[in-house]
Amino acid sequence: MSSVAIDSHVGRAARLYQAYIGKKFVMALTGVILFGYLVGHLLGNLQAFLGPERMDAYAAFLHSMPNVLWLVRALLLVSVVAHIVASIQLTALKRKARPQGYVKKEAIGSSYASRTMMWSGPIIAAFVVFHILDVTTGVTNTAQYRELHAYENLVYSFRRIPVSIAYIFAMVALSMHLYHGLWSMFQSVGISHPRYTPVIKRLAMWVAILLAAGFISIPISVMTGLMGTKL
Amino acid sequence: MRLTLHIWRQKGPKEPGRMVHYEARNANPDMSFLEMLDVLNEELTLKGEDPVAFDSDCREGICGMCGFMINGVAHGPRRGTTVCQLHMRKFKDGDVLYIEPWRARAFPVIKDLAVNRTAFDRIIAAGGYISVPAGSAPDGNTILIPKPVAEQAMDAAACIGCGACVAACPNASAALFTGAKIAHLGLLPQGQPERDQRVLKMVAHSTLEQFGSCTNIGECEAVCPKEIKLEVIARMNRDFIKAS
Ligand code: FES
Repeated sequence: MSSVAIDSHVGRAARLYQAYIGKKFVMALTGVILFGYLVGHLLGNLQAFLGPERMDAYAAFLHSMPNVLWLVRALLLVSVVAHIVASIQLTALKRKARPQGYVKKEAIGSSYASRTMMWSGPIIAAFVVFHILDVTTGVTNTAQYRELHAYENLVYSFRRIPVSIAYIFAMVALSMHLYHGLWSMFQSVGISHPRYTPVIKRLAMWVAILLAAGFISIPISVMTGLMGTKL
Repeated sequence: MRLTLHIWRQKGPKEPGRMVHYEARNANPDMSFLEMLDVLNEELTLKGEDPVAFDSDCREGICGMCGFMINGVAHGPRRGTTVCQLHMRKFKDGDVLYIEPWRARAFPVIKDLAVNRTAFDRIIAAGGYISVPAGSAPDGNTILIPKPVAEQAMDAAACIGCGACVAACPNASAALFTGAKIAHLGLLPQGQPERDQRVLKMVAHSTLEQFGSCTNIGECEAVCPKEIKLEVIARMNRDFIKAS
């Protein structure tokens, strides 16, 4: 086994990734990164409740450090791509592993969320693309779109009811994705304990619900006129 | 009791199969599920038809030979029970039951409900053993193992290799089976020398046999007649990540 000792880290990583366990490991790792981003993004967004000045100042603050901003964006992009590539490879394995399905199949031990990750995932991905075009680049936003006027941009965007509804729908998908993903990442990297795993699962559920509720609170506030009345 | 059965019939590995409808009129609540099929088979034989092929051996829930899907659930509706230990009193008169073989590329159908599970044996052969000098037996208690560890290893060792985990898994993954074997040996001192190589080889072999990947769904745990927990999969993942 001397070859193992002289193997480079790259070789090790490649070997790990070859196995499905390695792919799940990558999904867990990138999942953590993306989840971390979501938490930060939510905290940023909730500043909308503190008024336009606060929100726009936050946007300006982020843009005041272009290097950091692009570094984070690059990291997120790499994570998203790796997450998606691994998921597609795992799905391909699944298809191959059961060419003939059952006439009747009952799910008795799994959550709906866990079985629909390949639905919630693409829904979120599609939403993210639209979301960036809408509030980051403004391509699909209204004529009033002005760069770095984060508060106005989001209010104008969410005043369009279909956009708000699509947003809420995507957040429900996100919540379901996290409901499974947040505990599953522990299992994937090999952390499981008879006492703590049920706690992790319960926490994952609450985090998933609260996170989505936090995001959803913004379009709801705009639609009900609680936010952006002065605009 | 009377039951309506839809059973997968397939003459051989290469033949196309289909669901065939049967009426089981002579079932009684004290029979095991397999005995109910035995009675059906007797009737079929008397009629000159081909009896339904299915695997069984001990009929005590300990050997792991039996197993098929009943209404979409591996080993049927009773948790922690093999189909040979499932009794007809679990069902109601007039029930309609769909009976299908395990479905996985790695488990090709031999005939009707019998599938070829030698892929499991090959996963074991890849690393699910310990190498010991086969001299005289060592003294008892020369290797001390704490009771909780012995219990955990025993829980994992309870796996009878029936294949229900693969059958129930939406990915047709052998992770619960492989994890059980790896946990069983990896927990014990005797399993340590080959621990890294074991997990690498067994996991690699399970992919070679075309089993799918585990996505932490949990269907396997729910149908396992020995109630082996997902924890063994986490242990396998941990060992694998460490070893690779
Ligand atoms: S026949 Fe042995 S376990 Fe069912």
